[in-house]
Amino acid sequence: MKKIIIQVLLLLAAAAGVYALTMLPLAVIAALAVGFALWLAATSSGRTVASVTLVGMSTLRDRLGTSSVIVIGMAGVVGVFIALLAMGEGFRATLQGSGSDETAIVTRSGALAETSSVLVRSDVDIIAHSPGVARDAKGDALISAELTVPVTAHSKSEGEITNLALRGVDPDAWQMRPRLKIVEGRTFTPGLYELVVGRSARTRFAGLEPGQQIKLGTNVWTVVGAFESGDAYDSELWGDRQSVAAIYRRGSSVSSVQVRLDGPQGLQALQNALSSDPRVTVDAVTTREFFARQSNSLFQLTKMIGLVVGIIMGIGALFGALNCMFAAVEQRAREIATLRAIGFQGGAVVVSVMLEAMWLAVLGGALGALLVWLVFNGQTISTLSGFSELAFQFKVTPDLVISGLRWALAIGFIGGLFPAARAATMPLIAALRED
Amino acid sequence: MTYLGLIWTSLFRRKVRTIFTIVSIAAAFLLFGLLDTVRVAFSTGENADGAGRLITTSAMSMQHPLPITLKQRIAALPGVDNVAAANWFGGVYQDPRNQVVTVAVSPEYLDVYPEIVLDPEQRAEFERTRVGATVGVDLAREHGWKIGDRVPMQSTLFAPRSGERAWPFVISAIHHSKDPAQDSLNNMFLFHWEYFDEMNAIGPDTAHWYAVRVTDPAKADAVARAIDDMTANSDHETKTQTEQAFQAAFVKKMINIGLIVTSIMGAVFFTLVLLTGNAMMQAIRQRTSELAVMKTLGFTNAKLLAMVLGESVLLMLIGGSLGMTLVTVIAPRMAAASRGLMSPEGVGTHAWMNALPLMLVIGLLVGLLPGFRAMRLNIIDALARR
Repeated sequence: MKKIIIQVLLLLAAAAGVYALTMLPLAVIAALAVGFALWLAATSSGRTVASVTLVGMSTLRDRLGTSSVIVIGMAGVVGVFIALLAMGEGFRATLQGSGSDETAIVTRSGALAETSSVLVRSDVDIIAHSPGVARDAKGDALISAELTVPVTAHSKSEGEITNLALRGVDPDAWQMRPRLKIVEGRTFTPGLYELVVGRSARTRFAGLEPGQQIKLGTNVWTVVGAFESGDAYDSELWGDRQSVAAIYRRGSSVSSVQVRLDGPQGLQALQNALSSDPRVTVDAVTTREFFARQSNSLFQLTKMIGLVVGIIMGIGALFGALNCMFAAVEQRAREIATLRAIGFQGGAVVVSVMLEAMWLAVLGGALGALLVWLVFNGQTISTLSGFSELAFQFKVTPDLVISGLRWALAIGFIGGLFPAARAATMPLIAALRED
Repeated sequence: MTYLGLIWTSLFRRKVRTIFTIVSIAAAFLLFGLLDTVRVAFSTGENADGAGRLITTSAMSMQHPLPITLKQRIAALPGVDNVAAANWFGGVYQDPRNQVVTVAVSPEYLDVYPEIVLDPEQRAEFERTRVGATVGVDLAREHGWKIGDRVPMQSTLFAPRSGERAWPFVISAIHHSKDPAQDSLNNMFLFHWEYFDEMNAIGPDTAHWYAVRVTDPAKADAVARAIDDMTANSDHETKTQTEQAFQAAFVKKMINIGLIVTSIMGAVFFTLVLLTGNAMMQAIRQRTSELAVMKTLGFTNAKLLAMVLGESVLLMLIGGSLGMTLVTVIAPRMAAASRGLMSPEGVGTHAWMNALPLMLVIGLLVGLLPGFRAMRLNIIDALARR
């Protein structure tokens, strides 16, 4: 009966510990850790625990094999977890960095990507005359009607054919995106079949160096420059809208209209005007929101995969850690029994074993995070956005590292708890006799 | 039999440790099985009904319209059984967030896709009705549509010539997928290409893609080449690929599956070898005196090595089979949830074929070191506990 109660209590403690370590705000955990450290250093019972822990730690070197299993196992779990989430994070950062609150994008209602939206000339005129649109000194609306076409291109690395976004823009397009800079060559001349290429597109696809010529559609285009913006546009090719429309026979239709908003109230005014106008069925949102919406699906997907894979791996590692800590307790059975025989409390032994397990786990977690950061951080990978390719980078953020380490701590907590309880409740006589 | 009994007994000498190790191994193989299933599904995209079907799009861009006259010219090519034209409509129902997979199709479409099942009377009604549409069962249930309902649909791509916002339709048939696992068809909204062509304000006489059924699936590649050769150097060059390749290109690019899967598997198995190896080492260390006794009784070194190897392989097989059994249970559900991206047929069996050799190899690998240790054991030292 007593045994069952102890087991139930242990399970409850395990659940509470995991909840606390993974869910509580960081500040609370930090406060708990500081409080715990103070207790270790200042009170007499704390000092007892500290000395027992030090005894345990000092024998770590003799158990190098077993303890390194925990460290390396945790490194694997935390590494995979962080790598998967870093991918989602990088994707989100690229897309969210692409927008701003000062510009809006108008697409046909319901279109999630620019390539699935078509606006006709009359739509563009109505948008240009709507309230909420900023105007220049001459009173002309600051808008850029843009036509995005997915085009096929040969990727450099795999030699396979993928889709790339070709964006035909109006002269005002550059003003809409102040971050976008020509870094080599010059911008295209309106009316000619000239292209400027984004940084990622240039490195990933063949034939896009300035000065080279490339066949897109039925015509040969000359690459005259390269631009850099650090966001989703880096994966695109830009050309004159009329030229793009001519080659792809789009007439005067466009995919979307970028609008510079007239102050913070501009969006509201624009949305009101457009939604009450029976002639158009369009949506206007800030470009920041437009890109954030697109990033959501893949971000959620990688987050889910990261969680599922992380949980399965975590379960595997947890049982591995349990094995190792049970073995460690077993190896130290005599030593622990001796400590208890000379008057150290069972509680002190429990805390020391758990501290050891958590220390090893967090060490492993840190190792895994470091490895992922060294190998993956900044690596470029690509995905499809709408119909065309979008390149982005792995982003190992401090937040991800911290959540990875918290999971490592939680696994270390459970991995230490049960062996610790065994160590503290071992029958003294039997343990002392053990060899 | 006696040997197997002996190995079994020594394996479960320490029940808790062995069970923990088995759980670790099962977790690793569960992950392996799931990832392998995903990888295989995405790399081949096997789909029985899709075999022998080609998709012809514009070589310039997937969205670029092709002239409708191409349909007759493709149909006239040798080896072509049937051709259907289709246009992506970008359908939206009522709320802009409510995207509906809507395709304008020529009459041949239902013959090219025999997995779309509908009642013959309803089909006749659909073919008679100019503004008729056939909708998947799931879609009809979601919106409460019944046969005869008038449904206005908006398009993100095409405005109707009438100047209205929405295109009027009448539901004349409700179809379902022949294979219940391929439920993406059950969410599709299909309507007549002719109605689309008459009514849309831009670009008449065009199709976004052609679905081509070939007479002999084995000659699909040759037919694909013939179509592309026919349009070469015209102003509407085409790119023709098998339906699988067409879909796989999409999915593969969504995330680079290969890179992720390989790196996860590497990490998983590295950790696994380490964990199990450590557990085996502990097991042998604890049995030192027993092994010495067995040697004294006349067990040869080779036999001891074989027994240790057998023990680790058995450990792997138990844990691995447990994990893979879970995969066999979970994978079909995953395939069903993927909305037809993964074929549920044969899910998991392929992973079993890959997993079994892995279990054997890893089992031998982790048994080797403890096995040699047992072999080299000096009886006197071991019994004296030195």
